[in-house]
Amino acid sequence: MRKLITLFVALFALVPAWGGAWAQEQQQQRQRPREGAARTGTSVAAVTETLIRNATVITVSRGTLANTDILIRNGKIAGIGQNLKANERARVIDASGKYVMPGIVDAHSHSMSDAINEGTLSVTSMVRIRDVLNPTAPNLYRELAGGVTTLNLLHGSANTIGGQNTVVKIKYGRPVSEFIFPGAPPGIKFALGENVKRSNFNPLPGQTRRYPATRMGQEEVLRDAFTRARNYKRAWDEHRAAITRGDKNLIPPRRDLQLEPLVEILEGKRLVHAHCYRADEIIMILNLADEFGFKIKTLQHVLEGYKVAREIAAHGAGASSFADSWSYKIEAYDAIPHNAAVMTRAGVLVSINSDSDERARRLNIEAAKMMKYGDLSEDEALRLITLNPAIQLGIQDRVGSIDVGKDADLVIWTGHPFSVYSRVETTFIDGDIFFDRQQDIARRPELEREREELMRAEVNRPPGEGGAQQPAAPRRPPAGQHDHDDIDDGEGDNHR
Amino acid sequence: MKLKSFSNVVASANVAPRIGAVPRANAAVRIDTVARPSFALAALLFLSVVTAAWAQQQASSTMGPQFMSGTPGTFAIRNARIVTVSGADIEGGTIVVSDGRISAVGANVAVPPGAQEIDARGLSVYPGMIDLGTSMGLVEIPQGANATVDVAEVGDMNPNAQAFYGINPHSAHIAVTRVNGVTSVLSAPTGGIISGQATFINLLGSSPQEMAVVRAAVLVVNYPRAAGGGGFGGLFQQAQPNPAEAATTRDRQVEQLRKLLRDAEAYGRAMDAANADRSLPRPDADVVLASLVPYVRGERPVLFRADREAEMRAVVRFSEELKLKPIILGGNDAWKIASFLKERNVPVILSGLFDLPSREDDFYDVMFESAAKLQQAGVRFALSTGDQGAEVRDLPYRAGMAAAFGLSRADALKSVTLYPAQIMGLGDRLGSIDAGKIANLVITDGDLLEARTRVRHLFINGRQVPLNSRHTELYDQFRNRK
Repeated sequence: MRKLITLFVALFALVPAWGGAWAQEQQQQRQRPREGAARTGTSVAAVTETLIRNATVITVSRGTLANTDILIRNGKIAGIGQNLKANERARVIDASGKYVMPGIVDAHSHSMSDAINEGTLSVTSMVRIRDVLNPTAPNLYRELAGGVTTLNLLHGSANTIGGQNTVVKIKYGRPVSEFIFPGAPPGIKFALGENVKRSNFNPLPGQTRRYPATRMGQEEVLRDAFTRARNYKRAWDEHRAAITRGDKNLIPPRRDLQLEPLVEILEGKRLVHAHCYRADEIIMILNLADEFGFKIKTLQHVLEGYKVAREIAAHGAGASSFADSWSYKIEAYDAIPHNAAVMTRAGVLVSINSDSDERARRLNIEAAKMMKYGDLSEDEALRLITLNPAIQLGIQDRVGSIDVGKDADLVIWTGHPFSVYSRVETTFIDGDIFFDRQQDIARRPELEREREELMRAEVNRPPGEGGAQQPAAPRRPPAGQHDHDDIDDGEGDNHR
Repeated sequence: MKLKSFSNVVASANVAPRIGAVPRANAAVRIDTVARPSFALAALLFLSVVTAAWAQQQASSTMGPQFMSGTPGTFAIRNARIVTVSGADIEGGTIVVSDGRISAVGANVAVPPGAQEIDARGLSVYPGMIDLGTSMGLVEIPQGANATVDVAEVGDMNPNAQAFYGINPHSAHIAVTRVNGVTSVLSAPTGGIISGQATFINLLGSSPQEMAVVRAAVLVVNYPRAAGGGGFGGLFQQAQPNPAEAATTRDRQVEQLRKLLRDAEAYGRAMDAANADRSLPRPDADVVLASLVPYVRGERPVLFRADREAEMRAVVRFSEELKLKPIILGGNDAWKIASFLKERNVPVILSGLFDLPSREDDFYDVMFESAAKLQQAGVRFALSTGDQGAEVRDLPYRAGMAAAFGLSRADALKSVTLYPAQIMGLGDRLGSIDAGKIANLVITDGDLLEARTRVRHLFINGRQVPLNSRHTELYDQFRNRK
């Protein structure tokens, strides 16, 4: 029996996601030339150049350029133009007939999060998504294969003030520390409406309902929290002023991890991403933020944003919405696919997000839909999944468009990314390849063989065919378990 | 007074009524209606006929009189690129529509006098798309509005629960779906082991009678599976902790199913015998068994929800044993047993193309490629959204994705038009542009499967259908808000 358990454990250790194994190998390959370079004395820069030749380049910031080369050096875009030259050791990719666009930025994701909802309290500003990241989640690889390179990992929507978010690049195969987007401003999740009310959630017998259970209570929770944060900030301001004055024997205020992030919001140092649906709650939170003197950086989902687009623009909030999801709950019943266009026309900065590991893989098509609903131009529609979300996350100097000096987060498509007939060939982050379809396919026979070997192991055979009883519980929840915090509170996928 | 209370009822049935700076659009429409007594009375009468709580999402004052049933007549669509699907494309062709049918199609077709002409220069005409994996009209809002959910009956065996009687013709999903080019769906119940009978409808009409092409089209079965009961019903059950127990439960459920179907077969025979020979005893009428008779005789197909290899193989064996005519709905792993399915001529309605791969070690495109693999193996298949209603309009993009991953573009188009029609036994009535077929036509400014393409004209049942929906209505109300 012990032998069996050992074998079982060993098998799990042996079955990394195949893409993961590939990405790890990529990493090793990447390191090899560097070692070689060190030995031969050539510079590291000499082997870190990539030239993508003769592509149709969708810059997003400056239109679409035909027959254009992109030079990548040291992870950055070093040149865009015709007949660019790279050094002799550069990786050269002929992209004739292909399209290159910036890596897609998904402003609302719950990928790689082993938990998303600390919903036991109404205000959980002290918890951090960054503490629960799983860099081996296979869906990350699948998202790369859909051209996504940056994710805004948000807390769930069970409570009015949720936890702190984390922006990552999908550096699948690398340690989690390398995922964290360097310099991305910190942020936090707020939530309003049905999920906070726990409308669609049945408490267990004996469980009491958590406050707030109404939209009235949600306003009050925000007001109370920011009133406390203001007091806390004043206490610290006074303390610091006293230090400056040279007062002696001061006792500092007691640190409050819940209120510190809220003070950062009041000081404009932390971005608020507020989950909302109905027009009235959108107006409520914008007014409340105005009253307390802070900005809502993005309204998330914001499905009725089209009803109050003018007010959203006046506050200066961004909007990050679904393309056309609707009717999955009451507060989504007035959602219309023209939402992004109406808000864009009113002067709101709009992005289209996935909130789903599944949908993230086809955000290009979600953005394409926006051209027919409300007549966004192709450039406007492209911005919805690239530059606009980058601006919303405060990372537009690094990603979101193809410009010299920006990170080389690029995606090569077989055709225009807005065509349903196109697919991703290669995905770069910081100039390194994290997905490549040809290499993925080339590895398949080997992986198939490995899989068959594993299947022959006793522990993997059904009891009737010589195998042993297996524990039925999976090692971790199945893929996609944390999708859709807008639906069923992030605890399930409603699509099936 | 009476009118006022009526308005309250309607408002609360729809959404929590709110009074504020920004009234909800539908609430505003409704209050306006109630303010005028004659309209209110008419609406009251109308509501008393329609049983669904969500009765009037679609029908509102701005939709126009053609919204529910379209405009009948004789039409000539001219100068169009006609994508017939069944044969070659016709450039600059003409389609004549009369009495609900396509009466003529070709490059040189005479336009009958009095026909309303539609100049489709620069446009393409496609047959309407068909999704066989929906619960259209049975669910308006799945969460938080239980009064709008009529999709799953209580109990395990409900063969006589007919989707036809639960369809809400006024569901807002219907117009939203059709204006994106999906004109017919199979709408199926989902509960228990035998969920009930699905109905095949066109997405136009004021009543289920007007909409139905085949009132009781298929019997819907969630084929029992270990660890979680039958198909979709299993989602709501606790996972079985013990695989042996789960297998026992599954076997018991399959046995239950077998027994009921055999009883129905015996019932049918006894009934026939009694009808032929009055001296024989006549069995007591039984609506459950009676409803199963056409299915156990193989006269109508049985739709089995099954995704995994083991379940699909079991479905085929079970169907052979009981002489059923099976169709598989789901079919995520069907590509693994493609030659088996081809050999047994079992069609698959593939609804999981957009599902994440179910196993950690699946290749990233395993679902995207599955359609191409079925096609290569010669399996009869159709693509479906598997969505209850709101997202059925995404059907063309699934076909497009299948084409990006190996399916030919022609087959991708067929997989949402002609193939589903053929699987339903309606290949002679729907799914392509041929004379004599039901005139379900979508006229577009581009490739039907592309997300950027716009539908410019729409015909269902030979009737011209306005291109508005709940969504265009709300858009029009708010797009230029000052």
